[in-house]
Amino acid sequence: MIGARQAWVIEWLKKALLEVQEYVKLCVTAAKGTVSRPFYARDVMEQIDVIGLGSLTVVILTGFFTGAVLALQSGMTLDQFGARPFVGRLISASMIKELGPVLTALMLAGRVGSGIAAELGSMMVTEQISALRALGTDPIRKLVVPRVLAGVIMCPILTVISNAVGLTGGWLIALTQLRVPTGVYWSSVVEGLYIQDVWMGLIKPFFLGFVIVTIGCHVGLRTSGGTQGVGRATTNAVVAASVLVLIVDFFVTRLLISILF
Amino acid sequence: MRHKSLAEFGLPVALAEPHASVVLFDKVCLAFDEKVILKNVTFAVRAGHTKIFLGASGAGKSTVLKIMLGLLRPDSGTVWVLGHRVDKMTETQLMGVRHHMGMVFQEGALFDSFTVGENVGYKLYEETTQPLAEVRQRVEEVLGFVGLSEHIDKQPSELSGGQRRRVAIARAMAAKPTLLLYDEPTTGLDPITALTIDDEIIKLRDLEAVTSVIVTHQLRDAYYVATRSASRDASGDLQIDTATEAKVNEADFVMLKDGNVHFEGSADELRGSTDPYLQMFLS
Repeated sequence: MIGARQAWVIEWLKKALLEVQEYVKLCVTAAKGTVSRPFYARDVMEQIDVIGLGSLTVVILTGFFTGAVLALQSGMTLDQFGARPFVGRLISASMIKELGPVLTALMLAGRVGSGIAAELGSMMVTEQISALRALGTDPIRKLVVPRVLAGVIMCPILTVISNAVGLTGGWLIALTQLRVPTGVYWSSVVEGLYIQDVWMGLIKPFFLGFVIVTIGCHVGLRTSGGTQGVGRATTNAVVAASVLVLIVDFFVTRLLISILF
Repeated sequence: MRHKSLAEFGLPVALAEPHASVVLFDKVCLAFDEKVILKNVTFAVRAGHTKIFLGASGAGKSTVLKIMLGLLRPDSGTVWVLGHRVDKMTETQLMGVRHHMGMVFQEGALFDSFTVGENVGYKLYEETTQPLAEVRQRVEEVLGFVGLSEHIDKQPSELSGGQRRRVAIARAMAAKPTLLLYDEPTTGLDPITALTIDDEIIKLRDLEAVTSVIVTHQLRDAYYVATRSASRDASGDLQIDTATEAKVNEADFVMLKDGNVHFEGSADELRGSTDPYLQMFLS
């Protein structure tokens, strides 16, 4: 005899599995859509503009202040060992390997993930998605594929910009607050970096961008329940994408360490 | 991008002959979990005719349209649309059948980021290789047909409810469909505006020879569409008059109740029915 609590757990598990199944189906269909016709190139360009250029300000601000605060904090710690000139090495390693990709992805999860979920969710509840299908357009190809491609292309580019701005923020603090000469700072930045670190910082954002955009699309396309449902979908997309960014970052880092080092 | 023809989708091209069944539902059943939506629903829609689905909210009227369009799949039964068994088709194959169909959604479902002109020409712009100038010409033509030519560059949010429905009709007819589905086209509109929508439906049916399936619970509009006909006089002016008896008999009414077909017949048979449920609905 199954108790009420066990029945609830089984029901919850079923729903969770269904969500995972639908998410995987969406990812596979979107992947197929990138290599087959019809392909909506104009929508890809539009999404590159919305996701990439639209997120530039927030990514630059995040990167700059992260680099600056890292310099302040690490400067105090390094002083205890008389190693202040090595501040650049610490900032470059932290920013390029970890903080740049993850913080950029978290910013995109908040800005892009929520935007996609809200937009597609509104289209769902106002039957615009059904109208697209009725007009002979596959919503996955028209709405999901361009967003996924834009996310996968723009997340690494935004990460590189964030890293560059972060290192510059660190340099400003090193120069003005810590009195570390410019030449010492930048040579320390270069010395602290290995080519494997650069690869890691470049490869991870592809996965993170994919996760953020596909979660936003998945949640948006499963929206129901009117405007309240759209609000719920937006929140769910941000929470799920943010948590998944951290989880995926962990597993991809482990994988890359085993491959690259 | 170019829209594929039915043949390229691997489907037979032959369309229904005059008065042949354009749509055929055979013992169609659908349930969402425990809730039964349709139970053994069987009916046919003949070419050039009008089928009007009546029923209370939740009776399964809109579901019937979504199954015709392939937006929903039935649990059992067979569905034929324009000579194709749509309940077994893949989404790609359905695109070919949908090319010959149009649907007017309950609230219009216009794309709010596009202008009126872009909405109306969406299918032609995105899914065909028709030159842009020709598409623009067709968009102006259909907007003229529904009397909204001057609104071509406006956003849908700038239009009234009735105008949005007319734009939705224009969008559905832009690609010259064989079959048009209307989901509650006059719900929420004032009687005067509702009549303008009814006139558009009549014009499309009689002047463009489009088979119509209408879902509504507005009995007055249903009777109006069934009992009027549109024609052009010698000078080309549009006239909407009382339809001949033969024309009136081309409109079938279907009353759905709890997922079943409760009544099927002509406007006269519906009026003359002594069934208590129909009486209650008609009163």
